Amino acid sequence: MALPLEVRGLSTTLFTRRGEMKAVDGLSLSVGAGETVALVGESGCGKSLSALSVMRLLPDPPARIVGGEVRLNGRDIVPLPEEGMLAIRGKEIGMIFQDPMSSLNPVATVEKQIVEVLLAHTDLGRWQARARAHELLELVGMPDAARRLDEYPHRLSGGMCQRVVIAMAIACSPSVLIADEPTTALDVTVQAQVLALLKKLQADAGMAMVFITHDLGVVAETADRVVVMYAGRKVEEATVDDLFEMPLHPYTAGLIGATPVPGAARAERLADIPGMVPPLNALPQGCAFAPRCTRVMDRCLTEKPALTVPGPGRLVACFAAERG
Amino acid sequence: MAGELASPTASPRITRGSSRRVAAFRLLRRRLIQAVPLMLGVVVINFVLIQLAPGSFLELMTAENQVSDPATIALLRKTYGLDDPVWLQLLKYIWALMRFDFGFSYRQNIPVIDAISVHLPATLLLMISSITLALAVGIAAGVVASMKVRTFWDTLVSVVAMFFFAAPGFWLGIMLIVLFSVKLGWLPVGGMATIGGASSGFTAVLDILHHLLLPTLALGLFYAAIYTRVMRSSMLEVAQLDFVRTARAKGLSRNRVTISHVLRNALLPVVTILGVQMGTVLAGSVVIESVFSWPGVGSLLFDSVSSRNYPVVLGIMVLGSLVVIAANIAVDLVYMWLDPRIEIR
Repeated sequence: MALPLEVRGLSTTLFTRRGEMKAVDGLSLSVGAGETVALVGESGCGKSLSALSVMRLLPDPPARIVGGEVRLNGRDIVPLPEEGMLAIRGKEIGMIFQDPMSSLNPVATVEKQIVEVLLAHTDLGRWQARARAHELLELVGMPDAARRLDEYPHRLSGGMCQRVVIAMAIACSPSVLIADEPTTALDVTVQAQVLALLKKLQADAGMAMVFITHDLGVVAETADRVVVMYAGRKVEEATVDDLFEMPLHPYTAGLIGATPVPGAARAERLADIPGMVPPLNALPQGCAFAPRCTRVMDRCLTEKPALTVPGPGRLVACFAAERG
Repeated sequence: MAGELASPTASPRITRGSSRRVAAFRLLRRRLIQAVPLMLGVVVINFVLIQLAPGSFLELMTAENQVSDPATIALLRKTYGLDDPVWLQLLKYIWALMRFDFGFSYRQNIPVIDAISVHLPATLLLMISSITLALAVGIAAGVVASMKVRTFWDTLVSVVAMFFFAAPGFWLGIMLIVLFSVKLGWLPVGGMATIGGASSGFTAVLDILHHLLLPTLALGLFYAAIYTRVMRSSMLEVAQLDFVRTARAKGLSRNRVTISHVLRNALLPVVTILGVQMGTVLAGSVVIESVFSWPGVGSLLFDSVSSRNYPVVLGIMVLGSLVVIAANIAVDLVYMWLDPRIEIR
């Protein structure tokens, strides 16, 4: 059986006045039913653009998919015309966004915004759709769901707004759910609730989930596998246990080192990664991470490392890691 | 009281509909209370301004009727209360206003309120039709331009809007008359009804609409141009917001998203400037009315100023302010209806 989501060599380029920039460069990724794959990396490394490429919701211009496949239950959706995508977005792929407060239309009621998805993709009538919207709100654990249907988003808290967004995303039982930093804008306690909710919904429906985040703490809690991205490329992939136990790529190691551990001694300073993600129009000739890398070698400055298989279920693109 | 509405959890018995109605009622009450000192200010300032104007209507009146007898003039001064000090005249005027007495128009020999109420409907008709035209054309053109942004249609809309924005109303009025009345002979040159035509019934309504078209275009297209530009930029701005992307992620088509999500949010700035411009629409109608000899308050004002018929001038100022205030309250309520975030302020 085909996997719910299989991305192969996806490349998205930004065509701007300052030149072409490879925002996503040959990304491959597969997610099985009921599996969660975390896509991690710093801001600007291409995580969100990858997700929007899968949804085909890129701002065009400037961004355009220039190569690769996005197989959704076995079918490549990259060549589909826009009308074809309308039937897929919201029905086969649901998406959750970063800032729940601004992800909802301020002048439409919660009901209208949920019902809209149902009317677009199902045969439900208006009243049935309203009843279903109510069920969905209860499913996502909205307190006092019946009354919230008639509320406007500004009367809801951030966590409640995110529950509404989740309800919209899962309304048509999609096989793939993309969550783009769904907890970043929320309070820590609410974060935990939303994560638990997503895990439960995913387990109940057997959805494939792509979880985009820069928070490795969240990754450890939610993901089965992790794909680390840097400057538009996948630099490492591993199961979550392997990754935390023994990160192979210096960038991954850097990310883990920069994550605060609760209870760790105060004196123990967090190790930051020096420097910044290079701008996409000024990528170094060799490995994009080389200028910031602690294990940089001559070879790294002239040659781009390809993905290699250092062990079962693992991938890494690093010359230093190959040497061990 | 306020806390009850501000907190979403406080009172479960208040449903959304009724709480919004209560809020609307409060807004209305507050605006009406605010209107009282505002109107008082309008009355005082206009009264004083007219006092500052040189000459009095008596001079014109006596000259026209060749009255030079000092005793008659003294009697007239006494009749119209012109011997009282200014502050007493003002107090008397305000006291009269409270009883809805706007004074007496000696020129037409009827109370001012009667003189104005003959002309007011024509002006209101012109204002409403112009604003309706401006909103309909402005919103539609703005939406089209934003959906076809940076294409030929967008440029065309911008150029046409720029033209009507720049063209002075009186000039546009005259050009419309030249084209549609003189050259083509499709529409009447001026007035509000065909002389000797039907005075009631469907034909009369059609006749009025026929006369209304050119003044409406002359007055409304300027505002249509403004709304077009505001609507275009507002649509483009709202289209960048996060919730638009969410709506697209639901599988709604671009057009669906534009109509049901972008449009309503984009209307808010248009409604705001509509409120601000109510006064200028009224002022603009004065000019347009004289171009098209439209029998509205503008024509009356023009005649009254020329004949120093100050009670009528003052009455028009006061009633005009009332119309503008009422229109602004209406705009506030519309704004509140469009944007649920405005509940109690």
